[in-house]
Amino acid sequence: MRRFYFDHNATTPVSQSVLDVLVTALLEVPGNASSIHQDGQLAKQYLENARREVALLIGCDPKELVFTSGGTEADNLAILGSVAASPLPHRHIVTTAIEHPAVLNPCRELERSGVSVTYVRPGPDGLIDPDDIRRALRPETVLVSVMHANNETGTVQPIAEIADLARQAGAIVHSDGVQAAGKIPVNVQSLGIDLYSISGHKFYATKGIGALYVKTGTKLRPIQFGGKHERERRPGTENVPCAVAMAKAAAIAHSTLPLETGRLQALRNRLETGILARVPDSGVNGSGPSRTPNTTNIYFDGLEGEALVISLDLKGFAVSSGSACSSGAVEPSHVLLAMGLPSERARASLRFSLGHTNNEEQVDALIDAVAESAAHLRKLSPTYTNA
Amino acid sequence: MSGGPIAVAMSGGVDSSVVAGLLQRQGQRILGLTMQLWNQRRLPELAPAGGVTGRCCSLDDVYDARHVAQHLGIPYYVVNFESGFEEQVVKPFIDDYLSGRTPIPCTLCNNFIKFDQFLDLAEGVGASRIATGHYARIGYDDATGRYQMSRGADQSKDQTYFLFGLKQEQLARTDFPLGSYTKPQVRELARELGLPVAAKPDSQEICFVPNGDYAAFIDAYFRERGIAPEKTQGEILDTEGHVLGEHAGVHHFTVGQRRGLRVAAGEPLYVIATEPASQRVIVGRGQDLLRATLTAKDMNWISIAPPAGPIRAQVKIRNRHAAADATITPIGNDASRVEIQFDEPQRAVTPGQAAVLYDGDLVLGGGWID
Repeated sequence: MRRFYFDHNATTPVSQSVLDVLVTALLEVPGNASSIHQDGQLAKQYLENARREVALLIGCDPKELVFTSGGTEADNLAILGSVAASPLPHRHIVTTAIEHPAVLNPCRELERSGVSVTYVRPGPDGLIDPDDIRRALRPETVLVSVMHANNETGTVQPIAEIADLARQAGAIVHSDGVQAAGKIPVNVQSLGIDLYSISGHKFYATKGIGALYVKTGTKLRPIQFGGKHERERRPGTENVPCAVAMAKAAAIAHSTLPLETGRLQALRNRLETGILARVPDSGVNGSGPSRTPNTTNIYFDGLEGEALVISLDLKGFAVSSGSACSSGAVEPSHVLLAMGLPSERARASLRFSLGHTNNEEQVDALIDAVAESAAHLRKLSPTYTNA
Repeated sequence: MSGGPIAVAMSGGVDSSVVAGLLQRQGQRILGLTMQLWNQRRLPELAPAGGVTGRCCSLDDVYDARHVAQHLGIPYYVVNFESGFEEQVVKPFIDDYLSGRTPIPCTLCNNFIKFDQFLDLAEGVGASRIATGHYARIGYDDATGRYQMSRGADQSKDQTYFLFGLKQEQLARTDFPLGSYTKPQVRELARELGLPVAAKPDSQEICFVPNGDYAAFIDAYFRERGIAPEKTQGEILDTEGHVLGEHAGVHHFTVGQRRGLRVAAGEPLYVIATEPASQRVIVGRGQDLLRATLTAKDMNWISIAPPAGPIRAQVKIRNRHAAADATITPIGNDASRVEIQFDEPQRAVTPGQAAVLYDGDLVLGGGWID
């Protein structure tokens, strides 16, 4: 069966040119980047070239970039590391209710050790109001962490405005940019932030590599302890092959972004319009101008999103709903619930996230499949009566 | 959708894994689904040392089910029924205990989850019917146009007692492929099919209650919900009304129970009844437990139409009860209530349990003991 992939916010396939540089690095650069000899020096050279390339994607100085194992580690380092570096006796964090678990759970962990945390809720459109951030700030606020783009709705938050308020209050500003980098233009300097997390596999690099931007002068304690790698901010032998792959993917994303943005946005809008026209009682969650170009989140009242995902998967379409719990079952999205959706509608919502491989033909096939599956599920639904 | 695959309810155990393997060997297109019914990380105080394993919905079981599906090369998904399970199985289970009844959560799960919400979901995603690993048989009687149910070939594993609530339209869309096999044959099949769970021990007890200690489960659930346990505590009395002692909650007792009474008496004492209104537990001698009649409500008639007059049948009043001869008399017009008169008095007729009517292997129907 042909398979069409519409879940690029979960992960993206590695492109051929990324694979090529990865294989080359694996075969030809076997050294440890921290070794003194020439094999080590060659690895170091590849690593630093990679760092320069990734830095270009988000507009920072290469030495401000710390490679990590991925987005989760970058978020953990940003949150745990900046709070640990604060000398204040009482510490407070401002974040939002729609963050990824990689941000929410380090915050919850800190709450257990006495740090207080305010979780700002978004409006019904999924946007965080900077005024709400301002109201949440306290003299002891050490960190403000607000994601750049949301993974489930694609909503892009007003980070520059939030950062401005936070810095005036003397707080460090972190933004989880995992869903933004490679999808929209990012410049950490114009955003005015101190810490920014990115992840390679969200823009066609491999899993297992990410980075944290740490603005020069930002106080950050390491959260893992070992060797003196990455300017003593993140120990562990450098993952040179994956860093090289991430750099290649970053370069491609950087150069293709303007064209790809327009293409994806047109496809996304075609998908959205098509589904809304064909499926009654459906609508977009968190629609608005400020969205990543590849993402849409659509509710289908009167059916279970989980069943619709399975039905579409069996027809060859990969899409997603809510968040997977440890067994693999689906739980309603905390993002949609925080936006004020009733639990039934949150459970009836699907995320479609497009990418390089998608085209109009695939989008049209997906619209047909969604219309057919939704109609079939609603026919059997005890709660849907408007048919 | 008649052309769709058969959805197999896969628990990760041997039985449902063999169902998947058997149907595939017969050339059927199949789809594996595991129901996530209960979050085993809730009520952590109940978790045995070494973590949660070998119980339904544990990560190990999902791992096993997924492994079997991968071995067979079939599509496989875990589907979330936690909220339905809590509302329609766990809460009624607790309410029953607190109301002096002894519930059968497996039957509630069959009636409201497996053969209802799960069946709907399976058809919704494109399946034509469902198959489960129950030891029971489904047939069709051309003469009456009814689906019929009979005991599984393995009498020691027969699960019809828990399936008495199935309606005709549910039976029409369900297969029990293990009904004609014995458990040893199923184990042999598992080995033959090369299933990775062939040597896995059978699951025991109520799936969401660790170690079968349902009272500890209810206590822990109360603590999670912030319900004071004193509400269920009370006195132990004999049949003449003498107070013999105190107890820690009516949900610790079921009719016929002897253990855990902690009252001294010259002869063995058994629970005769629990009175939820006064939170009293009434105890008596073994012979006080004998009853010749009972009333069953919410009768579901399976293999025969609701009878107009008295019929003869063998009646089981709990899963491990040898079916006893009785006369069944409908009360009212639609036979939704019946009076059951046993030929010989039966021990420990327990409200909340089911009375299931058999004619030999054929399951006529069943209802709840009032």
